[in-house]
Amino acid sequence: MELFNSESKKIVSDPINVNNPISLQVLGICSALAVTIRLDQAIIMTLAVVFVLCSSNVILSLIRNYIPARVRIVIMLSVIASLVSVVDELLKAYLYDMSKQLSVFVGLIITNCIIMGRAEAFALKHGPSKAFLDGLGNSMGYGLIIIIVSFFRELFGAGTITLPDGGAGYVLWSIPDSWYAAGYENIGLLVLSPGAFIILGLVIWIQREFAGVEEDA
Amino acid sequence: MTGIEHYLSIFTKAVFIENIVLAYFLGLCSFLAISKKIDASVGIGLAVIVVLTITAPINWFLWEFLLDKGALVWISQDFQDTDLGFLKLIVFISVIAAMVQLVEMFMERFSQSLYNSLGIFLPLIAVNCSILGGSLFMVEREYTISETVVYGFGSGVGFFLAIVALASIRYRIRYSNIPPRLRGVGMAMLLTGLLSMAFMAFSGIDL
Repeated sequence: MELFNSESKKIVSDPINVNNPISLQVLGICSALAVTIRLDQAIIMTLAVVFVLCSSNVILSLIRNYIPARVRIVIMLSVIASLVSVVDELLKAYLYDMSKQLSVFVGLIITNCIIMGRAEAFALKHGPSKAFLDGLGNSMGYGLIIIIVSFFRELFGAGTITLPDGGAGYVLWSIPDSWYAAGYENIGLLVLSPGAFIILGLVIWIQREFAGVEEDA
Repeated sequence: MTGIEHYLSIFTKAVFIENIVLAYFLGLCSFLAISKKIDASVGIGLAVIVVLTITAPINWFLWEFLLDKGALVWISQDFQDTDLGFLKLIVFISVIAAMVQLVEMFMERFSQSLYNSLGIFLPLIAVNCSILGGSLFMVEREYTISETVVYGFGSGVGFFLAIVALASIRYRIRYSNIPPRLRGVGMAMLLTGLLSMAFMAFSGIDL
């Protein structure tokens, strides 16, 4: 089975760990931060990105021999934009509350550099099955980071952990009132934009310690 | 609320209070990648101002007369219920890609020096989220055409300000003793967090 040999495994696992799109390739940060206020938003966003990245990689890889090099950017953009429109409409139809919360950031998946970057760097050079695995690995790597960031932002910023459901989200656990009575306080800053930057900065630092990557300047 | 104060308020809001980078996280990819050098940051900042000021109003016209629900009534009353809103992402991104190309050709022809300094940054801007984000926010907030122009320009200025500020700080700390694995992007994120905190001090200003 070609799908399950060690090379394929590497294509999936590398971007999750040692070649993570967010913390090591520094792609796709734009939308990564805005959706990390709550865990359920991050999970839905991850699913959207998994869908778009896997399908765009497969589609572009299938038509890679027919795309003239000069107009490839436009073709890539139109394929990606169509897929994102599908996701946007699906969210509006089935998860209306969530699509209101995510507002423009679903549309901004189009300009998420991970998708263009993987299309350009991988899908246009490899067959569909490998391109699918690459898309899966990279979108999971993206998802891993935004889920970690949103978990900490929500837990310490708002004191809850929310999972996605059909409506406004299902609160899995929230900090009990007795803690507040004992003097515990939420860190309001984490819910605001600076908190997102700082937590992501720290996550990148920790991930690079594990991956052993250094950068000059 | 009409008159100059209203527009001034949209402008200051776009530049300082709801800064497109520091409050809405848009355009971060180029923001982090290019802020290593100050002159390159000035270049891309100017390019974003130009492209955002041009594309936001164009997309406004397309939205108002083509895509919005009932926008096609100027052709015939039969289109009262036609809603092409789902096409907005594709239309906006094509307009942006085309405009970037046009601006690039225009600059190459008429201002060689500006073209040389912006050079490689212009094509990059097509996939800069702040440009598409500007158009999408314009739709979501239902701005009028003049508000859109002011908002587009203001957002561009906000991006310019933020990227030049970060580039200057990164230049300043070049020889600081930072833990090796935190260097580069990690440190840039923490600095951006502090910048963003500083910009939060502007919130509450209402003209």
